[in-house]
Amino acid sequence: MNILVCISNVPDTTSKINFKDENKSFDTNGVQFIINPNDEFGLTRAVWLQQKSGAKVTVVTAGDSSCEPILRKCLAIGADQAIRIDAVPSDGFYVANQLAALCKKENYDLIITGRESIDYNGSMVGGMLASLLSCPYVANCIQLDIEGTTVTLQREIDGGKETLSASLPLVLGAQKGLVEESDLIIPNMRGIMQARQKPLSVEAPMEIEAATTVKHFEKPQSKGPVKLVDADDVDTLIELLQNEAKVL
Amino acid sequence: MSVVVYVESQNGVIKKAGLEVASYGRAIANATNTSLIAVTFNTNDSSVLNSHGVDKVYNINTAEDSFFNVDRYSASLVPIIEKEEASIVVVSATADGRYLGPILAVGAQAAYFSNVVALPSSYAPLTVKRSCFTNKAFNESVSNQSKAVICLSSNAFGLKEQTSNAENLEGEYLVSNSTLKVTAVDKVTDKVTIADADIVVSGGRGLKGPENWHLIEDLAAVLGAATACSKPVSDMGWRPHSEHVGQTGKPVASNLYIAIGVSGAIQHLAGINSSKIKVVINNDPEAPFFKAADYGIVGDAFEVVPKLIQKLRAIKQ
Ligand SMILES: Cc1cc2nc3c(=O)[nH]c(=O)nc-3n(C[C@H](O)[C@H](O)[C@H](O)COP(=O)(O)OP(=O)(O)OC[C@H]3O[C@@H](n4cnc5c(N)ncnc54)[C@H](O)[C@@H]3O)c2cc1C
Ligand SMILES: Nc1ncnc2c1ncn2[C@@H]1O[C@H](COP(=O)(O)O)[C@@H](O)[C@H]1O
Repeated sequence: MNILVCISNVPDTTSKINFKDENKSFDTNGVQFIINPNDEFGLTRAVWLQQKSGAKVTVVTAGDSSCEPILRKCLAIGADQAIRIDAVPSDGFYVANQLAALCKKENYDLIITGRESIDYNGSMVGGMLASLLSCPYVANCIQLDIEGTTVTLQREIDGGKETLSASLPLVLGAQKGLVEESDLIIPNMRGIMQARQKPLSVEAPMEIEAATTVKHFEKPQSKGPVKLVDADDVDTLIELLQNEAKVL
Repeated sequence: MSVVVYVESQNGVIKKAGLEVASYGRAIANATNTSLIAVTFNTNDSSVLNSHGVDKVYNINTAEDSFFNVDRYSASLVPIIEKEEASIVVVSATADGRYLGPILAVGAQAAYFSNVVALPSSYAPLTVKRSCFTNKAFNESVSNQSKAVICLSSNAFGLKEQTSNAENLEGEYLVSNSTLKVTAVDKVTDKVTIADADIVVSGGRGLKGPENWHLIEDLAAVLGAATACSKPVSDMGWRPHSEHVGQTGKPVASNLYIAIGVSGAIQHLAGINSSKIKVVINNDPEAPFFKAADYGIVGDAFEVVPKLIQKLRAIKQ
């Protein structure tokens, strides 16, 4: 089985978010980049399939050369090879098309994306990619069982979960639950050494226009200071929530 | 030209999230002088849409197919979008709406905008405000296409009333050739879900252990709220994973979020920031949550929360 895991290179969760060029672009100065947490759950699940049934795991990211360290990290975690599509990931539709072009060439059986990326939080690349490939997509995936070409999955929904079935090829959107946090693989020395020898190829992007353009960014207006209420005076809190905030 | 909204229902009844996209769609239709068309699936009574300015309703009966199937819903929506020459399609930011949005956008050859938090600031070209970086920032995005699908963040617009007299039509349920099948749904029906709730009451490690969760549950019960928790609380198994909110958990966009014994770590705040009013109860005045909250009590949860429950019960009676 051939598995593709799509990796988004995102700012570390504690990063301060700042913008430059008159708020037209994200300021990466001093920001540490990590594997998008949802993608790491998906990658771990793919490595399990590799260990169990000898699946071949390829990781891909669409981005410039600054994304290569996280691809190396994916190789150290256990992926067999990495591909970088040398493109500026300007919007979800553009990225989905770049990934679709690769998928059409390589015929992956299973394509794993993350539920969403934590930078632009589009929650769109997985579903669009599946549609461009005319194959099914399962979002918010928390369980995966493969029997031949039949796949049974679970999707987290509001207030519960649902069970789905589909045949390969298929795209899924990974999240916590597909594997647990304690299952995440921390690369060891051997993995890191091996990763240096594994192939990381760079491919040219396809020509396609983005469907959307970001004009500028802004930060939320700083809100006023918290109104403190005395611990013995919950009446005042209730009164404020009723009459000032009007939420009760 | 028209605006098409996908209005969600549950057990035949239109959901609040559905009325919110109808209200939002009406405002767009008013601004652009076009009509508002709603599409519902398996709705018993859509008359409530007449209070939210809908001009035409397509109800689609899915017969024995009782579960939401993203490919079939998308396949059924696309011909209506085409027939009505919609330039803007709106879906809600529920689990199903967020699932449908990108697939529908590709199917309808439209640009897709998720996490939209306000009415478009311009219609030519379509320009919308979206939240990004887990609510730490916003961006203004412009469409390069003639059609767009907008996924509206929950509670970002609210419900607005406008009277109309909708024409009712039946839409066709199209079973695409996708292999995707939904075989079972396992859903709690007796509890308010985090996604649907107006109020969410959330507990953190400060509550010391699962045996104290009656404080959270009782407070939630008297407020008609959903219960939630911080990540360590679900990691330790005090509460189910489905209650974990934050950057790596469920997003919360309620009108009121009450955090009890939660420190307010950046990853927790990232997921709950878009809630309108935030209240914190914490015995440490230095807890970062006080910087993010609108109202706060510095105090011991085990003393403050029972008092709060008691007072609220008295008011509700
Ligand atoms: C990659 C990553 C992703 C993460 N994602 C998430 C996420 O999605 N959601 C999330 O919640 N966290 C997330 N975290 C964890 C986050 O950083 C914090 O560790 C976590 O939110 C802290 O949980 P807490 O507030 O319950 O516990 P603590 O930080 O231990 O805070 C407990 C609070 O309770 C207060 N307290 C103690 N006793 C009382 C009392 N008697 N009365 C009142 N108050 C009391 C304390 O003063 C303290 O402020 C993530 C971390 C990482 C690294
Ligand atoms: N630049 C990218 N390169 C490869 N995969 C990506 C990229 N951006 C997003 N993805 C994948 O798409 C998923 C959803 O991203 P998003 O639509 O941005 O929320 C991510 O979790 C990744 O798996």
